[in-house]
Amino acid sequence: MQTKNIMIVGVGGQGTLLTSRILGGLTLRAGFDVKLSEVHGMAQRGGSVVTFVRYGEKVNEPIVEEGQADVLIAFEKLEAMRYAHFLKKDGVLIVNDQRIDPMPVVIGAAEYPEGIIEDLEKKYKVLKIDAQKAAATLGNPRTFNIIVLGLAAKHMDFSHEDWIDVIAKTVPEKTIEVNTKAFELGYGM
Amino acid sequence: MSEKKLMLGNEAIARGAYEAGVKVSAAYPGTPSTEISENIVKYDEIYAEWSPNEKVAMEVAIGASMAGSRALVSMKHVGVNVASDPLYTVSYIGVTGGLVLVAADDPGMYSSQNEQDSRAVARAAHIPVIEPSDSSEAKEFVKFAFDLSEKYDTPVMLRTTTRLSHSQGIVELEERFEPIDIPYEKNIAKNVMMPGNAIKRHPVVEAREKQMAIDGEDFPVNRIEMADKSIGVITSGIPYQYVKEALPNASVLKLGVVNPLPRKMIEKFAKEVDKLYIIEELDPIIEEQVKSWGIECTGKEILTIQGEYSANMLRKAILGAEGDLTAPAQVPMRPPILCPGCPHRATFYALKKLGLHAAGDIGCYTLGAVAPLGVVDTTVCMGSSISTLHGMEKAGGREFIKDWVAVIGDSTFMHTGVNSLINMFYNQGTGTVLILDNSTTGMTGHQDHAATGKTLKGETVLAVDLYKLCHDGIGIENTRIVSAFDSEALTAAIKEEVAREKVSVIIVQAPCALLKSNKPKPAFKIDTEKCVRCGMCMKPGCPAITRKPDGAIAIDATLCNGCGLCEGLCKKGAIVR
Repeated sequence: MQTKNIMIVGVGGQGTLLTSRILGGLTLRAGFDVKLSEVHGMAQRGGSVVTFVRYGEKVNEPIVEEGQADVLIAFEKLEAMRYAHFLKKDGVLIVNDQRIDPMPVVIGAAEYPEGIIEDLEKKYKVLKIDAQKAAATLGNPRTFNIIVLGLAAKHMDFSHEDWIDVIAKTVPEKTIEVNTKAFELGYGM
Repeated sequence: MSEKKLMLGNEAIARGAYEAGVKVSAAYPGTPSTEISENIVKYDEIYAEWSPNEKVAMEVAIGASMAGSRALVSMKHVGVNVASDPLYTVSYIGVTGGLVLVAADDPGMYSSQNEQDSRAVARAAHIPVIEPSDSSEAKEFVKFAFDLSEKYDTPVMLRTTTRLSHSQGIVELEERFEPIDIPYEKNIAKNVMMPGNAIKRHPVVEAREKQMAIDGEDFPVNRIEMADKSIGVITSGIPYQYVKEALPNASVLKLGVVNPLPRKMIEKFAKEVDKLYIIEELDPIIEEQVKSWGIECTGKEILTIQGEYSANMLRKAILGAEGDLTAPAQVPMRPPILCPGCPHRATFYALKKLGLHAAGDIGCYTLGAVAPLGVVDTTVCMGSSISTLHGMEKAGGREFIKDWVAVIGDSTFMHTGVNSLINMFYNQGTGTVLILDNSTTGMTGHQDHAATGKTLKGETVLAVDLYKLCHDGIGIENTRIVSAFDSEALTAAIKEEVAREKVSVIIVQAPCALLKSNKPKPAFKIDTEKCVRCGMCMKPGCPAITRKPDGAIAIDATLCNGCGLCEGLCKKGAIVR
């Protein structure tokens, strides 16, 4: 198979590292070669964060480049806009309808763009989700990223059973049940 | 079948150290090297420590090697500068037990103040450099590095970069090799580097390097992948992956040892291919040497010495491929910021209100330079805040620093700041030093140090008392402790000490907001009945507080950790729990 390119983008603290751990576990279990790349350090302090996941028969480069992503998962919509050009022509953008103002917007030095998702829908195949709202129905707002992942799951090459199994092995034991529910919620959307 | 695991490059380096039989590991945290020690500590067979700085860590590893055991020392590229004094001389001494230095470079400066190339340091110190290309090689190359170190009696540098250190790949786990400690033998001629001995060691260093250059052809980590001969590439490390992606049919000489270079092997390869490229991130270390041998090749003429490379960059530079790419959208930047509840924000806000300048240092608090705080005027390197402030005073007099302070974190103070403070005291400076004591090494993700009372192994030990160190130890009478969130006391203390014509130290205490031991207090919210939307609460730039399109101010309950800084600023009492 052709190497598959996944990108996860968001704001430091939104749980991109957890989701990349889950994807890593899935690819390994499915017997693919895999490379994951993520940025640590200063960027984790509320900055823009990017994780690349590439899997297939043999993977060389650990990063996904412009115009190459099959799936782009964005936990925040400004970040979706920032990285949308990484998508392939027929790539899928899964975007969480959440707004987190970056500091230049907070202090009035820049404006948060209006109508981000509508604009993206004109150019890309977009799946929109309000994961915060959905997570509230589960009574645990922190599970929003697993809900987003559930929606993205259908565009990747792993069985439902594998997802459930790897999530259970990756998240803290106390949260297995709620995270499984969160995954099912997104998967069913 | 042996176990396979997905591992970060740094995790694989730690595993390599374990399998290589390393007994002692020393380091000072620094992105992108930190996870090496954080993973080594999981192996009970290895003694691992956080040292106060990289020079000390290097010397600890040298001692362990002298005692006959295998030792690993790891640091970020700029840490190698701090460790370079012992490094240049241990090159002459050589090793007893194998000695490997992991130097983690940061092309693209994801979390660094420069993007220097550690290979240049290794060349200057005449030690070999080996460079893996993925996690699997990272583990294998650590083992090779120890063999090389002991075979050629030399410390070895294993060079990694952010992309390698922070990428995960599949690694096959193997058993640990348990080396037998080499018995100690007194050997003054080799281990005491005074001029008479060093003069005799220098020729040994030169001969060793020449021999490795000859033997390099047979090192398994240097290999030729012959394919289409119209394009030949010499490369190493992470750029090898970009080459394989962009030029899958090209012939490649993949160097595992990048210093010294296997000259014969390179000459042979160059003859076989029509057009030769040298592809290496940062400085033209390989390229300049190859060119100096009269071999025609192309490198930095078409590629930059800045930042990271990528397959697309190579396609464009070598194949002239333009690609059909969508332009990125113009969107507001999202720079890193101080976290909600960060005690540094409270300190910087106090400094800002007093109209003071700060000589800054390396840590999260470097972010005090950016809007809306904008208090930090200078940042050079670890420990530099206090000494640069002292230099300013010696140049511009007392008048120059009358509205200045130095700010330095607790870990950075223990790293090299303490020397600068001793200097300021000794040489009659009058500066005011704020030690921002958040009880951890924050920016690299919470590592302990001598003043936290915990070791890397998690043992509880007696903590160095910062107050006693400054007051009783150095003898700075005007040393005091203030809480970062007691705005009134902090402001009064800063005013008083800045006015004082003597060295003074204010230890500004409050634990890092992200420390697990620091339980967040209940979040605040805006009482919309009382709020007049004046925006006072937004002045310190807390990311939990935003203004909605209709002008109303809101506090995000999932971000707010209840520090109370904004509550104290609100004159209307509109910020409530």
